Amino acid sequence: MASDSDSDEDFVTYGTPLEPLEEDEPLKKPIPLHDQTVKDEKGRYQRFHGAFTGGFSAGYFNTVGSKEGWTPSAFVSSRQQKAEKHHARPEDFMDEEDFSEHGIAPREITTSQEFSSSRRDKAGEKARAISAQAALIPGDTLLEELIAPARSSIGVELLMKMGWKEGQGVGPRVKRKARRQQKDGGGKVYGCTLPPAGSEESEDDDEEFAPENVTFAPKDVTPVDFNPRLGVQGLGYRGLDPSLALLGHGTAEHIDLFKPQSETRNRLFGDTKSSSRRGGVVGQAFGVGALEDDDEDVYHRDSMSRYDTILGEEEPGDGLYGWTAPQQYTKKKDRSKDASYLGKILEGFTLAQKPLEEKTIFPPPSLPRDYRPVHHFRPSVDVSHLSGVSPALAEALRVSKGHMVKEEPQQAGRHQLDSGQRRALLGEDTLQGPSSVMELLRPEDRQRLLSLRNSSNPPSAKTSIPVSSHASQTSGKSAQVLPASSDLQQVSLAAWRGIQTSSQTFKPFEKNPSKQARYELYLSCLKQGDNDALEQSLDPGMTEWERSREREEFVRASILYRPTSSSLSSRFTRAKDQEDDDSVEVSPDQEGDLDDKQAAVKMKMFGKLTRETFEWYPDKLLCKRFNVPDPYPGSGIVGLPKVKRDKFSVFNFLTVTQSREAAAPPKPPESGKKSRWDVSEQKVEKKKEDLLGELLSAARNQTETKVEQTPTPALPALPASISSSDQAPGSKPEIKSSDQQSSEEKKDGDEEEEEEEESRPPMDLFKAIFASSSDEKSSSSSEGESSDEEEEKETKEDEGKMDSEPLNLFSIPSTSTTTTSSSATTTSFSSSANTSSSHQAAVSTQASKQEEEEFGPKLPPPSAALSRGGATSICPPSKEVKTGKKSKEKKHKKKKHYKHKKEKKKKKHKKHKHKETAEEEQGGGDGEQEDGQVSTDELLKRLKSIRSHQMW
Amino acid sequence: MAFPQPRPQAPQLPQHLLRTIDCQQGAVRAVRFNIDGNYLLSCGSDKSLKLWSASRGTLLKTYSGHGYEVLDADGSYDNSQICSCSSDKTVILWDVATGQVTRKLRGHAGKVNCVQFNEEATVILSGSIDGTVRCWDTRSRRYEPIQVLDEARDSISSLKVAQHELLTGSVDGRVRRYDLRMGQLHVDFISSPITCVCFSQDGQCTLSSSLDSTLRLLDKSTGEMLGEYTGHKMKGYKLDCCLSSKDTHVLSCSEDGHVYCWDLVEGSLSLKLPVGKAVVQSLSFHPTETRLLTAMEGRVQVWGAEQEEMEEDVIAT
Repeated sequence: MASDSDSDEDFVTYGTPLEPLEEDEPLKKPIPLHDQTVKDEKGRYQRFHGAFTGGFSAGYFNTVGSKEGWTPSAFVSSRQQKAEKHHARPEDFMDEEDFSEHGIAPREITTSQEFSSSRRDKAGEKARAISAQAALIPGDTLLEELIAPARSSIGVELLMKMGWKEGQGVGPRVKRKARRQQKDGGGKVYGCTLPPAGSEESEDDDEEFAPENVTFAPKDVTPVDFNPRLGVQGLGYRGLDPSLALLGHGTAEHIDLFKPQSETRNRLFGDTKSSSRRGGVVGQAFGVGALEDDDEDVYHRDSMSRYDTILGEEEPGDGLYGWTAPQQYTKKKDRSKDASYLGKILEGFTLAQKPLEEKTIFPPPSLPRDYRPVHHFRPSVDVSHLSGVSPALAEALRVSKGHMVKEEPQQAGRHQLDSGQRRALLGEDTLQGPSSVMELLRPEDRQRLLSLRNSSNPPSAKTSIPVSSHASQTSGKSAQVLPASSDLQQVSLAAWRGIQTSSQTFKPFEKNPSKQARYELYLSCLKQGDNDALEQSLDPGMTEWERSREREEFVRASILYRPTSSSLSSRFTRAKDQEDDDSVEVSPDQEGDLDDKQAAVKMKMFGKLTRETFEWYPDKLLCKRFNVPDPYPGSGIVGLPKVKRDKFSVFNFLTVTQSREAAAPPKPPESGKKSRWDVSEQKVEKKKEDLLGELLSAARNQTETKVEQTPTPALPALPASISSSDQAPGSKPEIKSSDQQSSEEKKDGDEEEEEEEESRPPMDLFKAIFASSSDEKSSSSSEGESSDEEEEKETKEDEGKMDSEPLNLFSIPSTSTTTTSSSATTTSFSSSANTSSSHQAAVSTQASKQEEEEFGPKLPPPSAALSRGGATSICPPSKEVKTGKKSKEKKHKKKKHYKHKKEKKKKKHKKHKHKETAEEEQGGGDGEQEDGQVSTDELLKRLKSIRSHQMW
Repeated sequence: MAFPQPRPQAPQLPQHLLRTIDCQQGAVRAVRFNIDGNYLLSCGSDKSLKLWSASRGTLLKTYSGHGYEVLDADGSYDNSQICSCSSDKTVILWDVATGQVTRKLRGHAGKVNCVQFNEEATVILSGSIDGTVRCWDTRSRRYEPIQVLDEARDSISSLKVAQHELLTGSVDGRVRRYDLRMGQLHVDFISSPITCVCFSQDGQCTLSSSLDSTLRLLDKSTGEMLGEYTGHKMKGYKLDCCLSSKDTHVLSCSEDGHVYCWDLVEGSLSLKLPVGKAVVQSLSFHPTETRLLTAMEGRVQVWGAEQEEMEEDVIAT
């Protein structure tokens, strides 16, 4: 197309060629920017203006119109021709550029869209015809069809020259696909003249005989004619079907061969099938018009026969598909394609649109090998109610229930609990008044009561025998048989008659609610002065013997709890914690035997031996904040059940501090990884008898022997144990250990010591307490403190020379040394400017501060040079290190001075290790000594403040 | 899980010093990564708490308000809040952006050793030398703790929170695990004072370091010991330990100026990282990457798996 066939050298060139460059010619000057102008055909400059007019403005030098300015094309004075109406058209405001080719309203004579090829554009025609079917006047295109334009567009002509025929699609030919279309193209359809011809069967035959090598043109694609909605009806509104409207009331019959719509439609599509099916419900107006009185039509039901029940077997045949086709077509096509593609789908089934969701199946957890599906119920021993049992035994009983069981004190169900137990569970306060009579009685009274009971028992036993023989006797008679009890009855009646006591009476039969109820009934009868109160209140369903017993009990109880005693009881409140029951005092997490555990730790047998599990009640709010359901809903308990906090008495502190001052225990021999705190616990826990199972016994024996061998390491560390300074330090441990072994001995032993052991609070508290006084100072002035500290070192050195051996708080020598040095130097990192502060005051505060530092693992010292001292116990400091450090710390020149002292100190470390501790203790004790010197009053004052502190 | 897991790489260890930050706040008592490891918090003995960019080592903010040295700090999950605890017995909740004290919580009787947010930063848990753990509510205006856990009989030296579990290590030699969901308290006896406890990343194990210079990895559910790691020196000081981000290694501070790094499974010492001459007090492992923070004296050092482009070592701030 592009080139002539005869000459190869001729090429079609587009545009104007550049002038050939001549070598001699000097390069043209580039045109400066301001010279690059655009002029219009009249030589006027144009300025780039906008995209509508090809980029350049219209008008006269960017104004409008002419040189004179903008004037309407036909200005007429309105004076003369007022009446003449002038309609301004858009063209009046346009100039020639607008009418030019690229203007906004080009005025060139072209074939307009309507006349270009519409007559032959069958596809577009069809689409329009289809849409016209739905319009109010069907067959709207009739007029258009009559007017036939003479020529077709150039595109059509070109296509025709290339062999295209109308009705065919454009594209490569295909094999036996488009038979209908082909047929369509063959028999051209004009107007409405084509009769419905042929049957499906014949077509099918044609198709079958089609030879293999014949290709067909592809299907023509019918564009969809989208026409805008003009009405105000909603989507889907199709108006009344004229056929329905004309042919009368909505016939449920679905086939009307002479229906204009279906007729024309079929004809238009070239659909030669007997139109046996319809596309669905044909248009109905919504609702009922005012003039129609026939409601039936509106609600008439579609019969299913009107719908296409065959899925995807045939194509609609109207060629109305393509990517822009309405959804129903594409959908249908898809479905049919799927079904035909896969082929073997059962009739009546279609492929699912969505794949089924896969259900993830989680395998059940694999059972452990030794799992047996049998549950063993352990005999629950209600420890808490065994009041007479020693705490140790109770402990053992609890422990013997096994480790793995969740230790619930109340294992009974909710309904088996009585009110008191439920109340305990809920954490409510007990009602006022004692629960047991015995508590209110003096010992003498109690004795008398017992004797009374003893004396009255034999007669009742006697009388009950004859009573039981007369089983049929009425209870009234049996009451007369009991002379002793009837006397008592009178007494009780006298006591109770006419008394209106509050409901807070003693409940002697609290454990048995029904009995209690009976008893209360009895009491109420007594109050009314009823003589046969007993008989009314007793349960007739019981045996005679039981009844007699109960009678007896009631009478006696009523006498004992006579209203006077109730008034007495109101003066007292019951103790919240049962003071006499020391099993409750101990928090449950102290239960296990520490020896066993330690042995287990030594053998590295962690696990069951070292693990303890307790019930722990988190606060409700805490659970909420953690987004966790409350594990024990409704329980009012928080924390560990039965934990009782230590009460910190002033005397504890006093004894502790005093003993610390005075006592000078020996240096522990060696090792003992335990901290001193472990020891104290050990002691506490040793008090309890070890009644653990045989499982632990072996391990335990081992430990016990070990403990016997080296009892010393931990024990001297216990500050509380050193109550008296008279005792030889060496002998004390043995005493202690023996103390631990036997509980009786301990009980016999001096109470003071025991008290200390029991109620000694965690040592940190002391520390915290004593620190608190000094804290204000230290926090306010750290600089002074640091200087104090250095002073402190000096004083320590001096003190270290003294041979007093104070209590060593740390069993590990190395630890103690590190701690001393660290404690001495913790705060000295900050610049030490002021060395000339008052020593005395500084020492005291420093001492208490240091004490604070002693507890628990230390924080490392802030500076390397000083921290080195911490390591001395293992590797003595070398000089290079120090020099290096010195160079490092150029800022703190003053520290050199102290470093020197430190060195000395370190040497001392090596020489006698416990001198270090002596120093430390001296430091600690020093402050306290001073406290003591100042006044014991002050100490007491401090303790008071501490106690107020403790009341958080 | 259509793709096969990538071939496991040999675990990398943070053995290259990337950066040294001189914090200028006295001794650094603790250094902590924030939740995503982009920032770090350093607790100074000069009462200040500082927030740094971990990647550049620049100081972002200084939080001052404590009355004594700051001992521990933790950042909330959304980086909007910081809690810190101090020797002045208080716990302070900070607003990160403004640096203001949102809340100052008093109640502990002694210095507060450790502090942690819970997962949603609705509760602050603080462990103190007075032996209690206090659960402070950050949502309400209450100044009393929600609950006081006073089961420990000595100072709480360390505590960690993981989901609904609270792990505390105490000087009384016990590791306590409070399970809020089950309502149980599990006590593991270690015998030696505990200095630091950690959960493993998978939450199945607990790691505890104690003053007998031993780290123990315990099975959380049974309390059995899975591993024991020794070689370092931890005898007198409260030093930190931690697990690597992928639970491959156990790391611990040591008093001899090294950070020890053991293989978790084998228990063999795989790295002995020389940090300095003094005691390595605190360390913190990056939550996802192989990156380690150590604190020694006044400096914080950042360690990485491979050498980064060397910047100026000491960034003076």
